[in-house]
Amino acid sequence: MSEAILSSGAEAPGTKGVADDFSRDKQVFGMPWGKAMMWIFLLSDTFIFSCFLVSYMSVRISSTDPWPIPSEVFALTLFGTSIPLVLIAIMTFILITSSGTMAMAVNMGYRKDRNKTFWLMVATAILGASFVGMQAFEWTKLISEGVRPWGNPFGAAQFGSSFFMITGFHGMHVSAGVIYLLVVAFRVKNGFYEKRGGNYEIVEITGLYWHFVDLVWVFIFAFFYLW
Amino acid sequence: MAEEGQQHPLSVYFWIWGLLFVVSFFSYMVDYLQFQGALRWTLILIFMFVKAGFIVAIFMHMKWERLALKLAIMGPPVALLVLIWLMSYEGLYIEETRVEYYGESTMEPQTPAHH
Repeated sequence: MSEAILSSGAEAPGTKGVADDFSRDKQVFGMPWGKAMMWIFLLSDTFIFSCFLVSYMSVRISSTDPWPIPSEVFALTLFGTSIPLVLIAIMTFILITSSGTMAMAVNMGYRKDRNKTFWLMVATAILGASFVGMQAFEWTKLISEGVRPWGNPFGAAQFGSSFFMITGFHGMHVSAGVIYLLVVAFRVKNGFYEKRGGNYEIVEITGLYWHFVDLVWVFIFAFFYLW
Repeated sequence: MAEEGQQHPLSVYFWIWGLLFVVSFFSYMVDYLQFQGALRWTLILIFMFVKAGFIVAIFMHMKWERLALKLAIMGPPVALLVLIWLMSYEGLYIEETRVEYYGESTMEPQTPAHH
């Protein structure tokens, strides 16, 4: 792709720039197509998660049975005391940590430091996998206490279906992200991208996906666990 | 490209990383300290938007992207406000009709048993 098509530095800033970007005889978004497509995919994913969260909102509003108190349902007894939401808090911190290591990996990718990029991406994947592991533990605990998609002993039946759909779909995204991260990490390490012009934009694209997974968790944590 | 992709000093990321930890800790405290009612909901929303803003703006580099991309990606989700408004309105109506036709809930939930 020629420089002229991708060039983004010279155009005007602000709304004039928006008109320029869309109307000039050039590619609209001055970035590799893979990155623009990842952004558009993430936009569509935003709508999927929004549908889940909005449907959760409407069943919670319309249910006449009392809604189970997440603070109590997700409490764990550690060292003899019951701590509310403790596992969810740990999961939140793990995901933020993984977002940090991912941001570092992207930065190292642009510096073409292949070794550091590889290890930071592997660290991100390990943190992601431990997140999924804790989620599996959470599901096991809730299922053993009798929470099902069609009912539970703690209150409104819709609690279970919302919980399994929302966290399940998010967990699936995390699992897919771990695989994606590992594939890209090993390709960074074995020189796959060197043969393709030594361009490490792919690390940033992977990073966008990973940060999005963390972003969705921010909303799930606020609306499902804290509300 | 004029600049080589999204190249920023590491200190920016460390700052935001630290702030995300702090804000997450605050939002956990909202639950731990058992704030209730309007105060709880306001704090949850504030901390949520602060965290989401940091992640999108800094970690996903949206702050440094051109306005065309910002508008194309962050504009459409605004339509969700309409969906939220419609569905909350609908939800309240359904709840009212349920109470009217089936009466108040008599369910007595168990308190969670922890093992």
